[in-house]
Amino acid sequence: MTIEKIQEEIVDEFSMFDDWMQRYEYMIELGKSLPLIDEQYKTDDNIIKGCQSKVWVHAELDNDKLVFTADSDAIITKGIIAILIRAFSNQKPQAIIDANTGFIDEIGLKEHLSPTRANGLVSMVKQLKLYAIAYQTQLN
Amino acid sequence: MVETKFKVDKIRKDFPILNREVNGKPLVYLDNAATSQTPQQVIDVIVDYYQNYNANIHRGVHSLSQEATDAYEAARIKIQKHYNIANTYEVILTSGTTHSINLVANGFTSFVKEGDEILVSAMEHHSNIVPWQMLCERTGAILKVIPMNQNGELVMEAFHELLSDKTKMVFCNHVSNALGTINPIEEIIEASHKVGAAVLVDGAQAAPHIKADMQDLDVDFYTVSAHKICGPTGVGMLYGKEEWLNKLPPYQGGGEMIAEVTFEKTTYADLPHKFEAGTPNICGGIAFGAALDYMNSIGFGAIAQYEEELLKYATEQLLAIDGLKIYGTAKNKTSVISFNVERIHPYDIGSILDKLGIAVRTGHHCAQPIMDFYQIPGTVRASFSFYNTKEEVDVLVEGVKRARNMLL
Repeated sequence: MTIEKIQEEIVDEFSMFDDWMQRYEYMIELGKSLPLIDEQYKTDDNIIKGCQSKVWVHAELDNDKLVFTADSDAIITKGIIAILIRAFSNQKPQAIIDANTGFIDEIGLKEHLSPTRANGLVSMVKQLKLYAIAYQTQLN
Repeated sequence: MVETKFKVDKIRKDFPILNREVNGKPLVYLDNAATSQTPQQVIDVIVDYYQNYNANIHRGVHSLSQEATDAYEAARIKIQKHYNIANTYEVILTSGTTHSINLVANGFTSFVKEGDEILVSAMEHHSNIVPWQMLCERTGAILKVIPMNQNGELVMEAFHELLSDKTKMVFCNHVSNALGTINPIEEIIEASHKVGAAVLVDGAQAAPHIKADMQDLDVDFYTVSAHKICGPTGVGMLYGKEEWLNKLPPYQGGGEMIAEVTFEKTTYADLPHKFEAGTPNICGGIAFGAALDYMNSIGFGAIAQYEEELLKYATEQLLAIDGLKIYGTAKNKTSVISFNVERIHPYDIGSILDKLGIAVRTGHHCAQPIMDFYQIPGTVRASFSFYNTKEEVDVLVEGVKRARNMLL
């Protein structure tokens, strides 16, 4: 499935909920189902800067596709990174680089997060794209 | 049940912000240790200043300038009386506690040499650690830490052992922002003076709860931020003993702090202006005085009694929640409850509470060494003021229960 299609799915899922408590509950559920990073990769190098809670992200190539795993010490943050990983994992690096991130605004994620968390979200997106750029460079 | 004659319903009417909603719910404001809310009486003073006599002070010959100067200096006298300070000129108006501490730490460069020791309590916030670390880097002095126990109380035996004739300065908060502990500053001041050390007490968190008496305490320096005590942000006080203020060099140059300037040499103004460079926060200073008037009209005795009842009630209710642990259980503490629930990250609880209209602080509260001590990433901190109610405590408790159910 393309990144755009997955993003549409996520937007549809979030539009089903009436209020932000339900959306938080859904995010928490997503957090619990996040593909967890291998413990050996939970290093300071893999911590995303800009998040008040800790978020570790690891990326590796599986054939020509980039696979992300992650973890966080806060479950809502875990939910946020889970949404991003669902949108960007198992995709070719170039597709991740080119991907639009407008779906984040569509589900209202940023405006319903505290400013510190919203900054963290921006850092997470940036980090996923940086991994894609790094691996795309290798592939070239 | 909170049984009190304290007229909290009447008091709440003074605070217009308490009527607003957040995320569609009535605001429950429990982040008072970060900043307190401002009563209409203080807001009116701010509006009156800008509507009627906004002018620069001290040197203007026109009437508006004189009115503003009079009001600003009247505020200084209110602060002097509130803290029972011997002389008006021992009240330095600053931008707040951080500015005040930096002013003293910077000035102390002249009085500290390599190998001297500076003692800091283990429960300081960053503003009362970093300026002293910078002083140590400049001078080669050594920073030593007065330890605390698991209850969040200073280990006074260790403090007395650390004191020696090498100790040049001791600094400690009156009340810990992260734990609510009221520290035994009387004992700290007396013992420090016996070895010839000066003492700076950071009174930022004590200000809304305790009316400190500078002459009775015999402290060398004491700092306050107005926004913790129903005043505006960006203004505060440094109290300094006259002998120390005369010895300390000016912190910043320019404006009111000069006596005479030539390109060859500048002489400095007398106290307090020596430390008040540039145009001060005039409106803020005046409103600071109004905030003290407001607090005194309610009475610190009544405030302390009511907040103690609120603290007791909230502590009992919160501890009834499965897995909730309170950090900071000192016998002598103010109305601050720092807690975590089982393995839930404090940010997660804070985020859910926010959706319910409840404002609490989460994180390390600018006091990372305390979090390191307890080996936790941070806490949820509910801090209560005299305008909070038992019903708001109930909303908090229900909110924490709901968050717990969602997050576990």
